[in-house]
Amino acid sequence: MSTQTATPDAPPAPRRPGRRSAPPVRRRSRGITSRVMVNGVLAVVAVYTLMPLTWLLIASTKSYRDLFATNPFSLGDFQFLANLNALLDYNDGVFVRWLLNSLLYTVVASGLSTLISVACGYAFDKYAFRGRERWFGVVLVGVLIPSTVVQLPLYLMASELGLVNTYWAVLIPSLVNPFGVYLARVFSEGYVPGEVLEAARMDGAGEVRTFREVALPMLAPGFVTIFLFSFTANWNNFYGALMMLNDDRLYPVNLGLYMWNQNVYQQPELYPLVIIGSLVAVVPLIVAFLCLQRFWRSGLTAGAVK
Amino acid sequence: MAAPLARPAKAPAPQAAPPPTGPAGPSGPAASLGPGNPGGPGTRRGQRRAVALFTVPFFALFTAVTVLPMIYAAWMSLYREESSGLGFGGTERAFAGFGNFTEALGSEAFLRSFGNIALYCALYIPAMVGGALVLALLVDSTMARARRFFQIAYFLPHAVPGLIASLIWLYLYTPGLSPITDALDALGAQWNFFGQDEAIFSVVNISAWQWTGYNMIIFYAGLQAVPREVLEAATVDGAGALRTALQVKIPMIRPTVVLTLLFTCVGAIQLFDAPKLVQLRANTMGEDWSPTMFIYTAAFKGHDYGLAAASSLLLALVAGLLSFVVTKLGNRWKAS
Repeated sequence: MSTQTATPDAPPAPRRPGRRSAPPVRRRSRGITSRVMVNGVLAVVAVYTLMPLTWLLIASTKSYRDLFATNPFSLGDFQFLANLNALLDYNDGVFVRWLLNSLLYTVVASGLSTLISVACGYAFDKYAFRGRERWFGVVLVGVLIPSTVVQLPLYLMASELGLVNTYWAVLIPSLVNPFGVYLARVFSEGYVPGEVLEAARMDGAGEVRTFREVALPMLAPGFVTIFLFSFTANWNNFYGALMMLNDDRLYPVNLGLYMWNQNVYQQPELYPLVIIGSLVAVVPLIVAFLCLQRFWRSGLTAGAVK
Repeated sequence: MAAPLARPAKAPAPQAAPPPTGPAGPSGPAASLGPGNPGGPGTRRGQRRAVALFTVPFFALFTAVTVLPMIYAAWMSLYREESSGLGFGGTERAFAGFGNFTEALGSEAFLRSFGNIALYCALYIPAMVGGALVLALLVDSTMARARRFFQIAYFLPHAVPGLIASLIWLYLYTPGLSPITDALDALGAQWNFFGQDEAIFSVVNISAWQWTGYNMIIFYAGLQAVPREVLEAATVDGAGALRTALQVKIPMIRPTVVLTLLFTCVGAIQLFDAPKLVQLRANTMGEDWSPTMFIYTAAFKGHDYGLAAASSLLLALVAGLLSFVVTKLGNRWKAS
């Protein structure tokens, strides 16, 4: 769609090429010292941020005995594959199930949630209807209420309705993202010109088709941004899952690892499993993050900076 | 997760996205329903149907998972479970009026949990926001190399789910497993990550690890948007890098920094994952260290649903007020 080229996905911060490429020439020797200092500080902080993940990687190659016996940053017997096998075999492969559950709770739920939010935000922007601003006020109130504080009330109601300990108990709450509606309205104002919709209507397209085939492609960058917000919230959702789920076959991966960790005192052989399980759960997220960086950053900075 | 959970979702709210392309022409309802709109009543009905189709799913779900639970919790909070005899005869629900609210507000543990969060904020916010600001300024300075690498390295912890981050750090605090405790031992230093006084630092560190890079990226984007002429003018006036940073750059991103401070407070009030895990080894913290932990414990250990519901409503009130103030301040800056 040609219109897409006209809609930059993000407000990229303007670069300032002049400043970068022409460092002042004077005071060169002092410049070198401070350059070393600055980069030294940056490197030390990078060690801090990367160290835990590095340790996780190394620890995942060790047997339970080596975990406690060897230097944490040196390699012991290379047990990575054995650990991985143990992880996948434990309890009839319950870990794989957790991964799939997590996929459901994050990717599927976020996709649906984003579609719902975008449709709603689009309607707020492009249609006049009675009480529009009042309804939008409701959305804004929703933005003010952190999902954590609704969690216990939600549990109480779900248990009254008999929904506790089902997929629905975690899925349904994650479909609601008032902030996504708010963002979608802003994106719709910016990305979807009214004339284009008029043109589509003139050509005889119905409202739903106009939304699906004209507006939605133009909103694609906003869609990804809202999706990522929702995705982050859902993969971080531990409090909700902890309350709602008892049956370990329904756990997302973080709840499963938490429960294993609860038992490491009695069953120390669970240590390597928790460690390699964390690694296996984190790697896809890091890969996804590296691939989607552009959207991540644009969403992050979309509103925070003018 | 609690803290992070809400924060990213909210961060941009008040200053929300100035649409990059700008509203191109008359967008919005006036354009789509204007008098010149061909079609007549049929189209109009189609549009009304479309509005319903697009907005009802959201509002139906919103009612189901936010409005109704709050109403239900308000009702629950007026009752108290009273066990008959030794508890074998089951419990019955007795009307308690505002008894649960007075119990929560009179409960030392509930009040202390807010005190803990206040102390946590006092330690965490200067360290995290200050750290993020310094890092952003350093990466933005002309002296930094490998900017891209540093940004990715700092942001990477944010990709780790909050609970797993807490779990990794829990192991990094555990003597025997941890390279850190080994190193400290080698240096002859004494530091018990799970000690009575030290535990809060262990919690602060987990949050700082997760959030410093995230906020650094936000600040850095702000710094990148500082107009070049302003910086050139400062250089012409003879300001060095440090002075430019302190007197030109920081004032220009001040609204972003203040907003981050406020959002961090909103996040802090929901803190759960990190203290929950640290508390597994740091017995002195107690299972009701933060307000969310208090609620969880009241409901799932004490089975006192009335008290848990009342505390939830109180927490919702505090969090809602806090977010409201944040949004108002944000809008004021947006306007100015």
